[in-house]
Amino acid sequence: MDPRVVSELKKLLGAEAVLHRPEELLLYEYDGSVEIARPNCVAFPRTTSDVVGIVQIANRYQVPVVGRGAGTGLSGGALARQGGILVPFSRMNRILEVDAENQRATVQPGVVNADVSVAVAHLGLHFAPDPSSQRASTIGGNVSENSGGPHTLAYGVTTNHVLSLEVVLPTGEVVRLGSPALDSPGYDLPGLFVGSEGTLALVTEVTVKLTRLPEAVKTLLAIFDTVDDATETVVDITARGITPAACEMLDGWTIRAVEAYVHAGFPVDCAAVLLLEVDGLRQAVEQHAEDVADVCRLHHAREVRVARDEHERALLWKGRKNAFGAVGRLSPTYYVQDGVIPRTKLPDTLRRINEIGTKYGFEIGNIFHAGDGNLHPIILFDAREEEQFRRAVVTADEIIGFCIEMGGSITGEHGVGMEKDRLMPLLFSEDELNLMRRVRDAFNPAGLLNPGKIFPTTKGCGEIHVRPLPVAGASRA
Amino acid sequence: MEHNPPQTHEDAQREFALTLSGFSATDKPEYEDYSRCVHCGLCSNNCPTYRLWGREADSPRGRIRQMALVDQGRLEIGETFVTHIDRCLNCRNCETVCPSGVEYGKILELARAQIEQKYKRPLTSRLLRDFVYRRLLPRPRRIAAAARFMRFYQSSGLASLARATGILRLLGLQDRERLLPKVDSTFFFTDLGKTFPAQGPQRARVAFFAGCVAQVTFSELNRATIRVLQANGCEVVVPAEQICCGALAAHAGVRDVARDLAQANFHAFRADDFDAIITNAAGCGSTLKEYAFLFAADGPNRADAEKFSAKVRDISEFLVDLGLVAPLRPVPMRVTYQDSCHLVHGQKIREAPRTLIRAIPSVEFVEMALSDLCCGSAGVYNVTQPKAALDLLTDKMNHAKQTKAQAILTANPGCILQLRAGAAIHNTGQEVLHVVELLDRALVKS
Repeated sequence: MDPRVVSELKKLLGAEAVLHRPEELLLYEYDGSVEIARPNCVAFPRTTSDVVGIVQIANRYQVPVVGRGAGTGLSGGALARQGGILVPFSRMNRILEVDAENQRATVQPGVVNADVSVAVAHLGLHFAPDPSSQRASTIGGNVSENSGGPHTLAYGVTTNHVLSLEVVLPTGEVVRLGSPALDSPGYDLPGLFVGSEGTLALVTEVTVKLTRLPEAVKTLLAIFDTVDDATETVVDITARGITPAACEMLDGWTIRAVEAYVHAGFPVDCAAVLLLEVDGLRQAVEQHAEDVADVCRLHHAREVRVARDEHERALLWKGRKNAFGAVGRLSPTYYVQDGVIPRTKLPDTLRRINEIGTKYGFEIGNIFHAGDGNLHPIILFDAREEEQFRRAVVTADEIIGFCIEMGGSITGEHGVGMEKDRLMPLLFSEDELNLMRRVRDAFNPAGLLNPGKIFPTTKGCGEIHVRPLPVAGASRA
Repeated sequence: MEHNPPQTHEDAQREFALTLSGFSATDKPEYEDYSRCVHCGLCSNNCPTYRLWGREADSPRGRIRQMALVDQGRLEIGETFVTHIDRCLNCRNCETVCPSGVEYGKILELARAQIEQKYKRPLTSRLLRDFVYRRLLPRPRRIAAAARFMRFYQSSGLASLARATGILRLLGLQDRERLLPKVDSTFFFTDLGKTFPAQGPQRARVAFFAGCVAQVTFSELNRATIRVLQANGCEVVVPAEQICCGALAAHAGVRDVARDLAQANFHAFRADDFDAIITNAAGCGSTLKEYAFLFAADGPNRADAEKFSAKVRDISEFLVDLGLVAPLRPVPMRVTYQDSCHLVHGQKIREAPRTLIRAIPSVEFVEMALSDLCCGSAGVYNVTQPKAALDLLTDKMNHAKQTKAQAILTANPGCILQLRAGAAIHNTGQEVLHVVELLDRALVKS
């Protein structure tokens, strides 16, 4: 990269806001995933015009620009795969306006998801999308990845809660997409940009929809002695036309890891639990909770517990939301997959995942948004052994392959990033991919924004075999 | 500078293979401990310094990664590493939120012990650290002498002179001067060796840990603590030979001094003789409870350390477990509580101080937003990193002001000093007290 890029960035942002020494860049080669890629420099904007300036410099020298929120992503979306300028939005983290009457808020992209809900809780409102990383992940990152979470079953994903966006296009133009109104005429451009994984523009302001906190919430924990009973319960609940606000499953293996951390009273000897939540008007909630509990019992639930108060409810959710991190207690490196299947295929799929694990010699934990058929198998491996990592990737690929066979998809919410670009041809024809490429090229013709993501590169499927090992466990100590 | 990231696994391996670990063999962060971090990043928004600067290098995940890089021989213990490890408050908020159970405080102290062994700080910094950690804190007489000098400065008019002439402002010290504690007229040293009888039937026999600097600046807090214990049926012994707990030294990576102090305390407090060893300083308590961590698992002092630590209780924890029996009179006052980091994150005690506050009749308790985020005091942090400490304090005082509380309660002398400075700088007019001081006020004195 031309060294003038760094000096121009320093002139624009001040020396303190630009990192370029190797030891500084080493801290931006990772995110929450197993991927590794290092930028040539890191630039911290504070305003939209800073972002415009960064994009202009990138254009002048034809270097890639990659946006980054909190770096909690699980597909390498916020990594500079082809080097260039990495742009963390951690210093653009102000809530600009809260309009309680119209139930919306305008925030900078670096605002943390949970902070939005905290800031408006006293108004009886919240921001509904609740990825498990919500305590740390940013609205900008959520928008780029179209994040989901346990409550997307009833509330929808991020795109359903974004009213308008201010973005900086790769040309340096600032445009506002959508409108604060619930529907705006013309193309649904916010819909196009949400989930575009930073390949169309850099987001500099987001107007989000705020949702009323439900009048009543009931959280149930159903405990099962077989995984099949749990998965069949999910199929049955939805077949009866009940839509819980959330329907999460953790298998026994995951529960044991989680319980060691949260002490929520999860039974460590069971095969699976369902964490179910119903919300809405008080009377309806009581009835729905009863109905849900009945279905669980019908499928041989050993026990159905109902959280008695907010404290118990928080504890149950703490277990779920920290599940991935808690796995770190079992192994320093793991690979979380993100696949989707029609929920009616849940029992078959889990059985198959188990078989695949046995075949490759891995124990695989399963934790997922059961209600919408979004699976997160967790494969533990030791990154110090290259062979294990390769085997973990093959295992994961086979699981994803099965998801597609079942009529599902390669990612539910973690994004394609640099993890699954090579799998895209399994889901889309070359014509379909080309159509998407043309959409990208309409906004990002030079390919400077987050290159090497979403679309399979010419290296094709062989590429996985030459990517660096994750570093967490790569110590030689 | 041109830098090409490794593009293949082989490149990456070659890069790892360049050099050996940058850590020396003793007191180093161990792979088994730091590799529990799965870099999920869920800690970042709970880290005060990440919130301030938004830089990975100043986040828990980034600091752990820097340690890993040193261990892998990919980063040297140089200015960059030292800067970011120094900037950590060691508040351990990240530990509270870490789903993987990384014991961050432990590996941070070991990283600092490595800096102590392998990095040559600038001369003034070296001299100062040597003076504070090795010559001042472990020596009660020197603490007393320094305190008398400061008392002279504060009472002779020199202080007002310095303020009035603007010398402090000129030197950029005006805010730091506000952080200085008011030196006590009667040092607590005079109470060492005394035994205070229980009022009413004796329910417990406890040893009181008096602290080091606290004995010249928080003597009244210490006396209040003893009164509250007595009123609740405790005989309180103040062992004469006790000495600084070594927390500040341990946090700074000066582990040999911390070990010496710990051993002196094992000797001074014969743990078998007491139901509990009580401290009113969350920072001390956290270290006292973790003395074992200073000694090798198979070493000769480990058992002493474990025996000692098993008896240590924070005053709030102890009183809640024991149950308050002393009659309390109403204290009509609106108060809020700032969690002391080493109580809530270090010792995992969140409810006990709140329980005590709510036990006082007529006290109106309001929670403050982000009460478990560090106020910037952090031991000597407000001296070593004054700018960051004051920035954190500004946020803290904004939240404190919003509660409209008349008093901010907390659980550690360092936090009290910082919050008092905050109340003065930001003109909030709020009183700052230790929880136990409010309890003392509520005691029905005979």
